[in-house]
Amino acid sequence: MAVVLRFSDVKKSFGAGADRREVVCGLSFDVAAGQCFGFLGPNGAGKTTSLRMSLGQSTPDSGSIELLGYRIPAQARVARAKVGVVPQMDNLDPDFSVEENLIVYSRYFGISDRATRAKVPELLDFAGLRGREKANIRELSGGMKRRLTIARALVNDPDFIVLDEPTTGLDPQARHLIWDRLKALRSRGKTLLLTTHFMDEAERLCDTLAVIDHGSLIAQGSPRELIERTIESSVIEVYGDNVIGLKPRIDGLSSRTEVSGETLFCYTGDAKPVLAALDGIAGIRTLHRPANLEDVFIKLTGRELRD
Amino acid sequence: MSRYFRWLPIWRRHFLAWRKYWLSSLMFSTAEPLVYMVGLGYGLGQMLPELGGMTYIVFVASGSLAFSVQNGATFEGMYSAFARMFIQRTWDAIINAPMSITDVVLAEWIFAASKAVLACCTFIGALIVLGVSREWTLVWVVPVAFLVGLVFAGIALIMTAVAKGYEFFSYWFSLGVLPMAMVSGVFFPVEQLPFAVRLIGDLLPLKHGVELIRPLMRGFAPDNALLHVATLMVYAIGSFLIALALIKRRFKN
Repeated sequence: MAVVLRFSDVKKSFGAGADRREVVCGLSFDVAAGQCFGFLGPNGAGKTTSLRMSLGQSTPDSGSIELLGYRIPAQARVARAKVGVVPQMDNLDPDFSVEENLIVYSRYFGISDRATRAKVPELLDFAGLRGREKANIRELSGGMKRRLTIARALVNDPDFIVLDEPTTGLDPQARHLIWDRLKALRSRGKTLLLTTHFMDEAERLCDTLAVIDHGSLIAQGSPRELIERTIESSVIEVYGDNVIGLKPRIDGLSSRTEVSGETLFCYTGDAKPVLAALDGIAGIRTLHRPANLEDVFIKLTGRELRD
Repeated sequence: MSRYFRWLPIWRRHFLAWRKYWLSSLMFSTAEPLVYMVGLGYGLGQMLPELGGMTYIVFVASGSLAFSVQNGATFEGMYSAFARMFIQRTWDAIINAPMSITDVVLAEWIFAASKAVLACCTFIGALIVLGVSREWTLVWVVPVAFLVGLVFAGIALIMTAVAKGYEFFSYWFSLGVLPMAMVSGVFFPVEQLPFAVRLIGDLLPLKHGVELIRPLMRGFAPDNALLHVATLMVYAIGSFLIALALIKRRFKN
């Protein structure tokens, strides 16, 4: 299968002398054509730096990057002509209408105004913004702005689309609509690279996930594979007073137990003995559910906050 | 798209944005110097004798014109460029397309100088209407305004490159722009100033702009025109290269 983006042993550090810190430490991965590749990691893991390096906006200290067959950063300009980018922070032009935003952005790709005008209806149909051509950006909701940003990333009909946290800050309805649009892009044969903090989003959309932490790849595979490979099949969450006191009682019955705040998490292949042991204890509530990607993520990257 | 004109689509973006607010923008950069000219020229001018063969109104008009050219480029290169870089993240959007940070900074530089030309043309219009000057040599003031605009746009972009917020820009206005006007013969002649102060004026760019514009407004060719133009060009290119290097560094991290 053709490789759209390849990182080979890429390293990057910021600062100098005692302040020097390595943010990407020998990262290697391949994004295959036609897939949706998810980039997961806690804040500060090196995701955004890696994205910027893949677009040639930041230069690696060592290692090599290839994007659509071009060497990055040397040939980044030619490569970016075939790439669409949906940034984390909204950067639509607030002074312009919806249509003007698309026309002005197309000019950066050398696309004529006439060609863009002909394409605007199709782009706005895709973004669910048909009829809003003349609307001012300030009149749009957060979800509409995000959809317009996706439409803007498609003006050059890119082969590869990079999305940095595409649904952060959106309500559930807006998120579902974005997911639907991203699936539509994938079924058109586009290759997608997305970063996200939402494990349900990654699980739903991505064919392959790469979990990175402290600048290194710590796990890679399909969402199913990662769950099966990394974690027990069932999780029992216990809430209530003094759940810590229950830990010794359960430790022998589940393969792992963790306390986080007021909650006890039991990870196990067989939930029955644990549930039986908890049965009838006053003042607690239990939730039994299958393990998911969030459990994998927490196991791999720990529970401490990263800011 | 020719590699020499990659900045043009970005310039056109700024122009479209300007067209939406052209009136308030024009007021900002031209009204204040016009008020200086009319207020000082007709007010103070009544009490003053002729200065070097011209009335005070002509003297202060040519100084104010240079000042308004400087203001036009400075405002654009600081407040507007900073908004696009830091607040609206327009630059980030542009460099995701096949554009480099050099294209972005070049477009900012040329656009800010274009705003200076615009301020100049408005000002010349006012001079013609008021009858202060109707010389055909006013035509030459326009390219001079573009060059002076490039100088102050470059300096403004250096300020933008190192700014953390808008507050920073008032330092440049209070400690740079105004004192420079005092030693550059904008509102009064510099001949009676102490030698050291005059020397500072000679080394700074604004005075060279004033010395080109003032004779052109009176219908004469400027003395030492080549020296003034060369000095302004050194300032323009030097400040642009420094701004570009600083902004590149800012965008690397």
